[in-house]
Amino acid sequence: MTPISFALAHTLPELILAGGALVLLMLGAFRAGKGDWIISELAIGLLGIALLTLFFPLEGKALIWDGAFIDDTFGRFMKGLALMGALVSLLLSREYMAREKIDQFEFPVLILLATTGMLMLISAQNLIGLYLGLELMSLALYVVAAFHRDNVRASEAGLKYFVLGALSSGMLLYGSSLIYGFAGTVSFTGIADAIHGNVSIGVVFGLVFLLAGLAFKMSMVPFHMWTPDVYEGAPTPVTAFFASAPKMAAVAITLRIIITAFPGVTPQWQQIVVFMSLLSMALGSFAAIGQTNLKRLMAYSSIGHMGFAMVGLVPGTEQGIRGVLIYMAIYLTMTLGAFAALLSMRVGERYVETIPDLAGLSRTNGSMAFFLAMTMFSLAGIPPLAGFFAKLYVFQPAIDAGFYWLATIGVLLSVVSTFYYLRIVKVIYFDAPAEAFSPVKREVTGVLWVASFGILLFWVYPAPVLTAATNAAKSLF
Amino acid sequence: MNAAAAFFYLFSTVMIGSAFMVIAARNPVHSVLFLILAFVNASGLFMLLGAEFLAMILVIVYVGAVAVLFLFVVMMLDVDFAELKQGFLQYLPVGALIGAAVLIELVLVVGAWTMAPAAIGGAGSPTPPDVSNTLAIGRVLYTKYVYFFQAAGLVLLTAMIGAIVLTLRHKPDVKRQVIADQNARDKSDVQLKKVPSRAGV
Repeated sequence: MTPISFALAHTLPELILAGGALVLLMLGAFRAGKGDWIISELAIGLLGIALLTLFFPLEGKALIWDGAFIDDTFGRFMKGLALMGALVSLLLSREYMAREKIDQFEFPVLILLATTGMLMLISAQNLIGLYLGLELMSLALYVVAAFHRDNVRASEAGLKYFVLGALSSGMLLYGSSLIYGFAGTVSFTGIADAIHGNVSIGVVFGLVFLLAGLAFKMSMVPFHMWTPDVYEGAPTPVTAFFASAPKMAAVAITLRIIITAFPGVTPQWQQIVVFMSLLSMALGSFAAIGQTNLKRLMAYSSIGHMGFAMVGLVPGTEQGIRGVLIYMAIYLTMTLGAFAALLSMRVGERYVETIPDLAGLSRTNGSMAFFLAMTMFSLAGIPPLAGFFAKLYVFQPAIDAGFYWLATIGVLLSVVSTFYYLRIVKVIYFDAPAEAFSPVKREVTGVLWVASFGILLFWVYPAPVLTAATNAAKSLF
Repeated sequence: MNAAAAFFYLFSTVMIGSAFMVIAARNPVHSVLFLILAFVNASGLFMLLGAEFLAMILVIVYVGAVAVLFLFVVMMLDVDFAELKQGFLQYLPVGALIGAAVLIELVLVVGAWTMAPAAIGGAGSPTPPDVSNTLAIGRVLYTKYVYFFQAAGLVLLTAMIGAIVLTLRHKPDVKRQVIADQNARDKSDVQLKKVPSRAGV
């Protein structure tokens, strides 16, 4: 039994967010006025403080709360990404929510609760902790998807996400119960010990259902159906949040559970991951070609990117995990940058949502056009932008482990996906200008600047990300 | 066959039967009543396992609160369930196919079932002999499992916030009773007007 102060010190970010959410809820409820007043500023501050606490020099690995929760370098890296995703989404949301008149104080509170769930999910070290974290995250996400409740599309998005999400939770629980029935324990390390050298068909079925549930949260094919509809229907800052933070958490727990609990069934999970990764890359590349709505396009793009990222998991090596971590960091920067750009362009009273809206952007707003073009090039993976290195670091370990064909197909599909990214660049630079855009707020511009530095100059000084990812990957093994 | 086994088969048969009737019953009120029957039988099964606390909680929480609320919702909402169920059967072939696939998987799993050797000793944590199982649950719930307990609390809080955010509407034109205003009113606030006949105010 560890002393309580030790456990509390290692759960500090979760405690800050959960406690902060309760305080803000009280503050909002007792004020009972219109709008969210100071709540979202405070929520942003709390996320920032939680982010800072990750840098506290605590010793490497701590298993606390009776083995349910692990605090290690891997967890801190992914928590940092998830917190950044939530923080930036909240920054981006303020102007949009006020304009759409949906700036109730519950929104930042729900984002805080969802982020708490993500952190718990990232740190889960047994199946119960995993499920509770996942549900806390998902429940809050269902609500924020439908937050614009008078909008039919947002309500539809929320309902669809809820029904399919409940189904996926069911599958995850079914898989967990099969695994528990076999191993007699819910702890990841206990499962690994039980499986060691003794693979039962029950475990394999359990693994399949478990990964199906997690793939739903990562929106990987064949569990991606909800993604385009939900991304299109939800308010844009919520879409930005969906595309960033929850993916970090889902990817983190997938890596953790596969590496910690299932090293004994490597060929089995490899098959599943290869299958999902190939299909996701293919669907992300081909299905996005016909899209005209930018949010739908980003949805397919995110499906494709999850496929690319999971290529790094296939070899199951430390190098591969490091690749996935770098990929997630870069994907986060690019996605948040792209959504910041979407949220900073308004035509009249309406936010830009379709590709034709962007026509001739280069002549009306040169710097924005340059930024968008750069983000698209980076998403497509063109050197020397960050997106290229992301793909390099996941394909390299796959090739080292002998998965030549997977890497080759991946590169070919990445060429296909370049088509639709470049089409946006073409519309921006070569089409006749549409209407002019209205001016933007400072914080959105700030996000744009940070994202563009990250994307453009990653190759100049990649060391911080690379070192952090290397240490994080090492702590998982 | 002893009494415990007889009761086990009784409870399980009735439970499976009523669970099926929940989805098969035409009248939604009957569905909810069958659901209550299923809960009661499940609590009987818990009783057979010697888990009295869980059995009673199931009756109090699920039968007493949740199912009765369901019943209210079903009765108060004017939803045409017969119409909702139309077209339900057209998905039957696909559903049956998936169901059959899952069933085959289950048979495969159960047929080839082996527990991990290490698991057999560790599985199941018996109630300590000197205490009741309510006390045994209480001893671990707030100590060993405090993290899960708090996390589950947060999940419920989120669900509650979500339900309020999505459904509560403040209607401005609804007149509410404000007792303080009523009590503070005196004669000077009251205006008396002579209303001419057939002219209105």
